Amino acid sequence: MLAQQIVNGLMLGAIYMLVAVAFTLAIGVLNFLNFSLPGLFMVGGMLAFGLMKAGWPFLIAAAGALAAAAFVSLLVERFAYRPMQGGDPEVPLVSSLGFLVLLENLMLIQYGSDQQAFPALLPDLNIRLGGLVIGIAQLISLALSLGLVTFLSWYLSSTAGGRRIRTVAENRETALLMGIDISRLVPQLFIASALLAALAGILFAVNYQQVSPFMGEGVGFKGVAAMIVGGMGSIWGAVLGGLVIGLAEVLSISFIGADVVNISVYGLLLLILIVRPQGLMGRAASREKL
Amino acid sequence: MSGYLTGVLVVLAFNVIAAYAVYLPLAAGQLNLGIAGFMAIGAYASAFLTNEYMWPMWAAIPLGAGLAGLVGLLIGVPVLRTHGIYLAMATFALGQVISAVFLNLEVVGGAAGYPVTDYAGPYVVYAAAAGVVVLMLLVSRTRFALCLTAVKSDATVADLLGVSVRGMKVAAFALGAAVAGFGGGLYAHHYSFVEAQHFNVLLSVFTVLYVLFGGTQTVWGPLVGAAFFTLVPELLRASDQWRYALFAVFIILFMAVRPQGLVTSSLFRLFRRKAEAA
Repeated sequence: MLAQQIVNGLMLGAIYMLVAVAFTLAIGVLNFLNFSLPGLFMVGGMLAFGLMKAGWPFLIAAAGALAAAAFVSLLVERFAYRPMQGGDPEVPLVSSLGFLVLLENLMLIQYGSDQQAFPALLPDLNIRLGGLVIGIAQLISLALSLGLVTFLSWYLSSTAGGRRIRTVAENRETALLMGIDISRLVPQLFIASALLAALAGILFAVNYQQVSPFMGEGVGFKGVAAMIVGGMGSIWGAVLGGLVIGLAEVLSISFIGADVVNISVYGLLLLILIVRPQGLMGRAASREKL
Repeated sequence: MSGYLTGVLVVLAFNVIAAYAVYLPLAAGQLNLGIAGFMAIGAYASAFLTNEYMWPMWAAIPLGAGLAGLVGLLIGVPVLRTHGIYLAMATFALGQVISAVFLNLEVVGGAAGYPVTDYAGPYVVYAAAAGVVVLMLLVSRTRFALCLTAVKSDATVADLLGVSVRGMKVAAFALGAAVAGFGGGLYAHHYSFVEAQHFNVLLSVFTVLYVLFGGTQTVWGPLVGAAFFTLVPELLRASDQWRYALFAVFIILFMAVRPQGLVTSSLFRLFRRKAEAA
């Protein structure tokens, strides 16, 4: 029973992990708490559902949903992030929330507010290991998430492109002086974080077989919590945070009750912020964020 | 007055009170994303007092507000050690935890909600909201408001000039929490029912949205922002399901053109100059 719940928690954590990494890219490099990411998560799941309903095969529908999320993220960059440079740091938050409301309502108009059933892609394909039941779809998501994060971590630490991103994160002005084309790099980062969030949305839809226009809110906020618990700006911190939050959620549901989820998840976040604000794996903040 | 108009104005009054609860700490540069939690404390505490101890509403609501302020003070001390986005996330987590605790507190009905025996009519709500606005206008003319602006603009300089930065931050945070608790207590007594689910994160986040939209440079910003956010979606009601989508597009474009918010101090100067010229 406990082992099974731990497995379930880790599977849920894989989704939070991707969302947390998407947030951490936006915060760590661009210093922008991008509240449109929960919306892009939802766009991933909902559009994949909508396109499949229109008769597209899964892989093409998923690619279409990812492309749409990337396009919306470029709009977020253009209208929410770019005009705010040098202004009050809270302001981009407002416009990115505007995008969240807009995306939710567009999906609501198109597909209605009800929870929809996402078709089962790999029906009843489970691995039984001892007493444990592990879904193949969930296993594939976990592997895919970990693979992507490993790639991202390698890219950031060992390639020229990664070094450019780290330079911008360290100091924007210096990066500009070193000849880094920030106006090209920033949209690329927006696309990368949108793809991560939308992919998480698709994986969520495949694993839990349900989508709704508001599916992004709960998962998105827990992704933020995961990012902070792990340590803002740290990729592996986001991974650890995602798994911890997923475990905390599943374990408190199965052993105490569904109503205490918010106490355990956000209580954990509050405790970390008071005791160790830089997160489990973060370095002490050397400069102000937000 | 028609029932519809009364309903809209009551919502407006609650939104105005909540907006000032967010504005106070924001005037000192702190983003409080957990305002709904403090509203829940005020709502449940005052409802409990009127229900179980037969307290009159006019004593129970201020006491609920005071309790929310006290919790703000006690929690503000450790939480305000963090800055910027860490503080925003700490308040966010705090709001979530407080609502979740009430959701599980069986003595006030738990998830089923908590009926309130006493009732505050719409005119009481209007008067209370007007009172909060007047109080804020008075506060904005004091030295305290000046200190808050100094802390927001440059904490180091404010510190050097002898302003207790930490004290100001905690005071603004606790006062904002008390205002939120007041609004929550009033809410419980107007709708005669409290449920923890109402005080969710979106309530906090949207209230912050009103305030930033209205502008934080002057004391009028939250009022204008709350009025705009309450009334414009009602006016757009004709376009039915498209109204929130249209409204969101408008917010995005507006903030791109005017990131400092609707009401700013330079706007005030412009009006004053015109008045002098005339």
